[in-house]
Amino acid sequence: MTERVPVLKIGDVLLVSIQVDLEDQTVLDLQDDLAARIVATGASGVVIDITAVEIVDSFVGRMLATTAAISRMLDAETVVVGMRPAVAITLVELGLSLGGVRTALTLEKGLDMLARPDSRPPAKP
Amino acid sequence: MSGPRPVPDADHETITIESNDDVVRARQLVRTLAQRCKLSLVDQTKLVTAASELARNTLVYGGGGVMRTGLVRRDSRVGVTAVFEDSGPGIPDLDLALTDGWTSGGGLGLGLSGARRLVDDFTLDTEVGRGTQVAVTKWAR
Amino acid sequence: MTGMREGVTSVAEQEISTRLVELLTQQRESLGAAWLENVSATLRGRISVAELDRELRELYSALVDGLRTGGFDWQGDSYAEVRALLGELSRNRARQGFSPTETAVSVLAGKEILEPTTETSAEDIQAYLRLSRLMDALGLYTLEVYAKTREEIISAQSEQLMELSTPVVKLWEGVVAVPLVGTLDSARTQVVMEKLLQTLVDTGSDQAIIDITGVPAVDTEVAQHLLKTVVAARLMGAECTISGIRPQIAQTIVALGIQFGDIVTKATLADALKHALRRNSVDLGRAGGAA
Repeated sequence: MTERVPVLKIGDVLLVSIQVDLEDQTVLDLQDDLAARIVATGASGVVIDITAVEIVDSFVGRMLATTAAISRMLDAETVVVGMRPAVAITLVELGLSLGGVRTALTLEKGLDMLARPDSRPPAKP
Repeated sequence: MSGPRPVPDADHETITIESNDDVVRARQLVRTLAQRCKLSLVDQTKLVTAASELARNTLVYGGGGVMRTGLVRRDSRVGVTAVFEDSGPGIPDLDLALTDGWTSGGGLGLGLSGARRLVDDFTLDTEVGRGTQVAVTKWAR
Repeated sequence: MTGMREGVTSVAEQEISTRLVELLTQQRESLGAAWLENVSATLRGRISVAELDRELRELYSALVDGLRTGGFDWQGDSYAEVRALLGELSRNRARQGFSPTETAVSVLAGKEILEPTTETSAEDIQAYLRLSRLMDALGLYTLEVYAKTREEIISAQSEQLMELSTPVVKLWEGVVAVPLVGTLDSARTQVVMEKLLQTLVDTGSDQAIIDITGVPAVDTEVAQHLLKTVVAARLMGAECTISGIRPQIAQTIVALGIQFGDIVTKATLADALKHALRRNSVDLGRAGGAA
């Protein structure tokens, strides 16, 4: 029943672009799909584009942090790109700092970051 | 914790929260109202995020319930209020439930305490065995 | 007049107001002219006589109508027109920068037109006194609207000032800065911070500098806002440097027990810019602004 968010592969990077208001089950499915695809493709990086996302609550925030942790165990770096200012301000107020998740302003900068892995330390909690 | 309880307008809307889909619908409904109330983009985002947390609490911890939401007025200010009600197990220790990082359901434990920080008014009534009601309001600046 | 019983008052008042309506109607032209002259003498040409004449004529008719149907109950429905006219008058005066005196005179000068002489009958003197009290009440009402309008103007101006005083500027390709000047309150800090974060997106910059050289003091709330902004910028994938922290502010922040953690702070805006450019791997030895 629930739709799944498509996971695209570009070179050795997996790209997820979230375009709709996600329900919780879709978020959990995405987390599973990503882990499976990293292993299946041997990808070295994951970019999650949330440019279109209007809110990130603690559930989605936890998915982002968990995905980053899982992918790191599977030897892939995760970068979250395109977070809107209002979303960032709200997350800070909510008390979520997404420790360990690397972030970039745009998709392009995110891909760039994965190409040069040590250019920027991850956000600290 | 207490304070004057905001009363939604006569034309407030009620939706049931019984599935993940309903949580999405609750978010969208609150967003529509926040836009109509001309909340700033940041305030809209804060309110919708709080509504999302509370709707999920209603579903996961309260075993489902309803959300009533509408525009409210106080003096010359306009705001959006959302009231979440369930007849679930209630919250035995409120102080604990409102502590950052405490959870009974495997979440991050930021739902209640985080939602409280995101809104202007926050009231919570709970009784063990009978249910929980949380009302939140965000006022236009 | 105090201590009069309700019934007595209302009958007496009704007679007085009827008499006033009579006087004001009979001598409409001459009294209106006297009123106009009184007011224009005070305003000394700062408003055109024609305009003043129109305002006072409307007010005069509304006042007579009010007296006729509502007696002296100036807060009642019969005086809605009078109050509306006075409201408009004082709002206009407040916006055009007239003083409170210059505003109230339009109403209070109306008292003098029926000023009693030695030939005035006792009844008419009483009528005059009653009119005088009515005009005082209306004068106070006018001043209240005036004060309220001035308050609105002030709050609108402070909002504009807030907009003006928080420029977010692009210093280099990929580097934006907000130089904060003056006292920071919680509301202003929030506005600045939202603007700064939005500018990061709009300009595609991933280095931000908040320069607080011009800020004399911060309180806990403002310090928290600064801190939250830095964390929010990080969530968006940008780095924030705070520069120009004065010794007193550093002391406050430490005394308040606020953890600035791993936030980068620099003594001057120049140092902060150098730091930001280094992070963006700009070779300062070469000319040009490309990142």
